[in-house]
Amino acid sequence: MLEIRNLHVSIEDKKILNGLNLTVHDGEVAAIMGPNGSGKSTLSYVIAGKPDYDIHDGEILLDGENVLEMDPDARAAAGIFLAFQYPLEIPGVATMTFLKAAMQAQRKARGEEELSTAEFMKRVRDQAGHLGIPQDMLKRGLNVGFSGGEKKRMEILQMALLEPKFCILDETDSGLDIDALKVVSEGVNRLRAKDRSFLVITHYQRLLNYIVPDTVHVMAHGQVVKSGGKELALELEANGYADYKTLAA
Amino acid sequence: MSDVTPIRTPAENALIAAFPAARKSLPGNAHVIALREAAFNRFEAKGLPHRRVEEWKYTDLRTALRDALPLADALNVADAAALAQSDSCLSSGDAFAELDAHRVVIVNGHFVPSLSSVNAQGVTVNDLAEALSTGAGIDALGTMAKADDSALALNAAFMQGGVVIDIAKGASVDKPIYLRFIVMGQEARAIYPRVLVTVGEGAAVTLIEAHQGGDGIAYQTNAVVEIKAGAKSHIQHIRLNAHGDAAIDLSSLGTDLGEAAEFKSMNFVMRPALARHQVFARFSGEHIKLDVSGAALLKGKQHADSTLYVDHAMPHGESRELFKHVIDDEAVGVFQGKIVVQPIAQKTDGRMMSQAILLSDDATMYNKPELEIFADDVACGHGATCGALDDDLLFYLRARGLPKPEAEALMLAAFIGEALEKIENDSVREALEAQTQAWLLARAVK
Repeated sequence: MLEIRNLHVSIEDKKILNGLNLTVHDGEVAAIMGPNGSGKSTLSYVIAGKPDYDIHDGEILLDGENVLEMDPDARAAAGIFLAFQYPLEIPGVATMTFLKAAMQAQRKARGEEELSTAEFMKRVRDQAGHLGIPQDMLKRGLNVGFSGGEKKRMEILQMALLEPKFCILDETDSGLDIDALKVVSEGVNRLRAKDRSFLVITHYQRLLNYIVPDTVHVMAHGQVVKSGGKELALELEANGYADYKTLAA
Repeated sequence: MSDVTPIRTPAENALIAAFPAARKSLPGNAHVIALREAAFNRFEAKGLPHRRVEEWKYTDLRTALRDALPLADALNVADAAALAQSDSCLSSGDAFAELDAHRVVIVNGHFVPSLSSVNAQGVTVNDLAEALSTGAGIDALGTMAKADDSALALNAAFMQGGVVIDIAKGASVDKPIYLRFIVMGQEARAIYPRVLVTVGEGAAVTLIEAHQGGDGIAYQTNAVVEIKAGAKSHIQHIRLNAHGDAAIDLSSLGTDLGEAAEFKSMNFVMRPALARHQVFARFSGEHIKLDVSGAALLKGKQHADSTLYVDHAMPHGESRELFKHVIDDEAVGVFQGKIVVQPIAQKTDGRMMSQAILLSDDATMYNKPELEIFADDVACGHGATCGALDDDLLFYLRARGLPKPEAEALMLAAFIGEALEKIENDSVREALEAQTQAWLLARAVK
């Protein structure tokens, strides 16, 4: 379970999150929607531990443990995974090398045994197969020269291999055509599990047709201003965010 | 402004005092003696280069070279035999120990035949010291590295030994020729090795140099390698500079490229206190492809300088330069790349890039690309970047679970890897990747 309590965050003296509260239970898929500039991406970065932000107050508890005290890699090992809106390119680091380094580092941090190369290869092949990622792509530099859709698929592949407890999808639908959206959504749905929860950040209801959320939260001015079921997303799609832009101000 | 002759430094005085005796004791027939004297006169006129000599702007030898050291002695026969027996001494520190290659061992500037074994069709290796005395096969000596440069002049004046390598026309050498330069002894000495390589028309060869010496000994080396690349020859040259951590190493590569020759050279710098590698390349035919690259991993107070002089003297030439520096602590990196495109050298295609990653606030990089283009139908470009590791990339890797030192090491290995990719021989490239990993690991646990 992830609990965010009274989170206040700024970057370069600009206040972004203003006492945000949010709880995501195990097995729950929570969608966060909201207008541009409402702080959605900041929230995802702060949970994952990006160092650029000033945290003034509040807590983020993963199964009762405050992750704000932890380095990004320790948070990853504890089970937090952020699928980036814009996955970065790393020339010269073969995707396979990167996947292995990440998996082994997390296992090591958790005190688990290293995966054998054979087992690692098997897992990669299985998951890549589900996502339609060809083997030769895994030999290329990570995300180098990949299309938008390929990069997002690669994020889901990483998520599948790292088996996190808490997954954040930061506008995973942006830049995807309808076919890629389906593949990526199926990839996410396949990972839904009792002990795994998701925070799906999106502007549009469309993604939520494929990844059907249990709860929908509306963010404005750095706070959650309304929460509801999946029908809330449809309401937003029909009425826009105009009602919420003024709500918290 | 008239030239000012500065007061001679102790090192300059010692070099000048040492030459008369050295001239008598060093090998060489009358022709070689004349060559030595002419070179020495050039040095005596100019002295050690300093920061007001543009080519040496960032590597002030007048300051760095506190004193001149006695010349290192050759190994005697008994020492060489003992060395061959004490396997550990010879194998320790050999980055290419596993490499399947023809081995040429040069200890303290002197060729050691008993430790060398070259048995390849179309390849002859001779002792340079002998050749200097007999005059056989050294007509090209000094013709490829003839710039008016004090380091070159000092090597020509004091060269002790080395090898003359001949690759016959059309020969395709089956495995790399590995020149292993070892500096031995607890006393700091001066060492001046020289290598002359002639690659015949259409021949193909990979030449590897590895330089090593003991840590904590402030020895000085000044090596010159000349490579005459015949028409349509295909040459790959890789140099690993793993001299001791107190060493001052000057090295020069001179090459004269024949028509349609393809020449790739990489210099990889790891450990010495001061390293200066200079490349003089001349395009003497059309349709030549030259690729010069370098990678340096620097820490502490290390100083590494790569200086190029590429002379596009004929049309339709292509040159590529890629230099990568990773600089930690208070270390200093220097890249100077001068590309000259002569009026006749139309259709020249030149691309030069120097990239540096600074890992500390006190690290320094000097980038000085210099393009002098006198032809009007050319495509030449250069770029230089210098900065810290990308924070966003670092976060991406850490968000996947890689601890900071591992994430940084992965990014740095990839950065250096772009230069190492140019090495065609897999085991040579893997050996240098292993060196890189060892350096990064040492940094990660620091």
